[in-house]
Amino acid sequence: MFKRFSHAIIEKNVLLLGVLSLITVSIGGLAQIVPLFTVESTIERVQGIRPYTPLELMGRDIYVREGCYVCHSQMVRPFRDEHERYGHYSLAAESMYDRPFQWGSKRSGPDLARVGGRYSDDWQAQHLRSPRALVPESIMPPYAFLDRALDTTRVQASLRTQRALGVPYTPEMIANALADLRAQANPDADGSGLTSRYPRVRQSAFDGNPRDVTEMDALVAYLQMLGTLVNFRDVTPEQLRQQ
Amino acid sequence: MASRDITYVEGPIKAFAIATMFWGVVGFLVGVVIASQLAWPLLNLDLEWTTFGRLRPVHTSAVIFAFGGNALLCTSLYIVQRTCRARLFGGDDMGWFLFWGYQFVIVTAALGYVLGVTQGKEYAEPEWYVDLWLTVVWVFYLIAFGGTLIRREEPHIYVANWFFLAFIITVAMLHIVNNLALPVGDGSGKSYGLAAGVQDAMIQWWYGHNAVGFFLTAGFLGMMYYFIPKQAERPVYSYRLSIVHFWALIFLYIWAGPHHLHYTALPDWAQTLGMVFSIMLWMPSWGGMINGVMTLSGAWDKLRTNPGLRFSVTAVGFYGMSTFEGPVMSIKAVNALSHYTDWTIGHVHSGAMGWVGFITFGALYWLFPVLWGKRSLYSERLVAWHFWIATLGIVLYITAMWVSGIMQGLMWRAYDEMGFLQYSFIETVAAMHPYYVIRFLGGVLYLSGALIMAYNLWKTVTAAPVLEPARVSPGAIAQAAE
Repeated sequence: MFKRFSHAIIEKNVLLLGVLSLITVSIGGLAQIVPLFTVESTIERVQGIRPYTPLELMGRDIYVREGCYVCHSQMVRPFRDEHERYGHYSLAAESMYDRPFQWGSKRSGPDLARVGGRYSDDWQAQHLRSPRALVPESIMPPYAFLDRALDTTRVQASLRTQRALGVPYTPEMIANALADLRAQANPDADGSGLTSRYPRVRQSAFDGNPRDVTEMDALVAYLQMLGTLVNFRDVTPEQLRQQ
Repeated sequence: MASRDITYVEGPIKAFAIATMFWGVVGFLVGVVIASQLAWPLLNLDLEWTTFGRLRPVHTSAVIFAFGGNALLCTSLYIVQRTCRARLFGGDDMGWFLFWGYQFVIVTAALGYVLGVTQGKEYAEPEWYVDLWLTVVWVFYLIAFGGTLIRREEPHIYVANWFFLAFIITVAMLHIVNNLALPVGDGSGKSYGLAAGVQDAMIQWWYGHNAVGFFLTAGFLGMMYYFIPKQAERPVYSYRLSIVHFWALIFLYIWAGPHHLHYTALPDWAQTLGMVFSIMLWMPSWGGMINGVMTLSGAWDKLRTNPGLRFSVTAVGFYGMSTFEGPVMSIKAVNALSHYTDWTIGHVHSGAMGWVGFITFGALYWLFPVLWGKRSLYSERLVAWHFWIATLGIVLYITAMWVSGIMQGLMWRAYDEMGFLQYSFIETVAAMHPYYVIRFLGGVLYLSGALIMAYNLWKTVTAAPVLEPARVSPGAIAQAAE
């Protein structure tokens, strides 16, 4: 049968050519993508990962909107120099609620996976407003326009959409989304509810002004939590093992 | 052969050809703008709409999907009709629907980027509403292309059409899976994707790498398989090689995505698969190069007299170079140095400017006189100018990126004699400045070449001598050239 095979059979039949092509191009994707959903150890079993607070989530959406990922990665590789420069290598668990993932592919600026807590809120806000005022050689665009009111109309809808996609936002979290968002941006607000719903959350006047919630508040809140959820002193090698 | 007169659909194809030229200039211009922003950050202008972060997707989408996409639609619909001796399925209406539908995708996507509407996934930035519309246009594209194939008068489907068909089918699959998302539903256009984190990363680079593999490679190989034999007036070098490299290429390419995720949180088994298949991919890639270049056997003298062919053949040379560089960079040890640096940017541009750009320029220089029924191009001297200016631009671009990329990678991992990291990050940024200026100049040269082409093609349409209009129709000319 194989001796008599002629490619002419395929190249004379549009449907056959199309279907065989589709099968040929499907195999690789199936082999690489499906196991990532089915093999449980793809995501490491570490403690501390929680969904983003409403303010952090809004900040993350601004990070995505401004295309920060085209110049900043969020993925520390397991090399000595990266460990010293940025910290522990990144885990899959640390981006398990990231829609979209923002690992990035280019470092025109430094990696941001563990930038949280490295600089003060004030430094972050000033640097975003005018990068070259703090780092003269920087080539980053200025983001002074983020000092405007944050549009909070879709906070609840965002949490609800994420819940529909499997993120463990509880109905309570969704109901309190707006209140939690405001509380996080004001250090004097009562944060007991916020803290009970989102462990290790930090309240602050991120942009220096506790009264209004701005886009700057949201973005700085997001940057300041990056890489801070996992306490690597408590992590065992067994928990980090993939596959 | 067949003496029967077929009226091919040509209006929309002319429109696609003009759009290719137009979006090419726009895409290269935005590229020059963002290159200058990296050299002189003041050019971000302190406006939210003109920051590098928002303009970069405008550049990538303009060159890949607007310039490249229009080139693919133009040539595939032209070629499928000629090689099947059949009128486009759906006729002029289908052609015009595809044309305007596709331009609408481009404009709505670009407007979104500037206003901050993005999915935040590289080369898949348009939000769900643009994605849905593109899916509709793409399904009609498949119907038009496949329908024309079914109508063919020739018994065999020509090799160029295998590549175009595989490109259309695969891009549909990639586009749909990578863009599965749930809109937030508040009227802002915002959505969240179905997959998150590591799975999202794998799906995105399965998509992203095969946007290169199928959009920018398989489709453009289809172009090569028509225009090089046409320009050289020689048959394709090896029929057997085209079969082997076609199936090997489309099978292997799909596996290569994880090489964008080396040393990340993607499990090692997937990274290793990505590396192994990327290295294997070198072979079918060079199979295509050999088939293209060897088609010139016995016709090399035409390079002296046909400047359009010079573009096509140089394109295949760049294709061979970047499909060698790619597998090298996919080796984990090399990738540890090259990843996150400008080396990747240089690699992409040797492929995009050298291969995709040049094969398209070669096709346009061939198509314009044929489509508008002209005896020749307005000026062959200008084609030669375009060729040398653009080539010099590419050389400046990729050498600057090699130096800056490798240098930055080495600086990041450099230790001083005390065992401390030798450079702060910002020192490695400052060291890039001269190379960013050289890259900008390379881009300016490449853009200048494209402007020369636009002028030349414009004059070809308006001022070049007509090819005996009374006796032959443009369709018949092309047919005579078969």
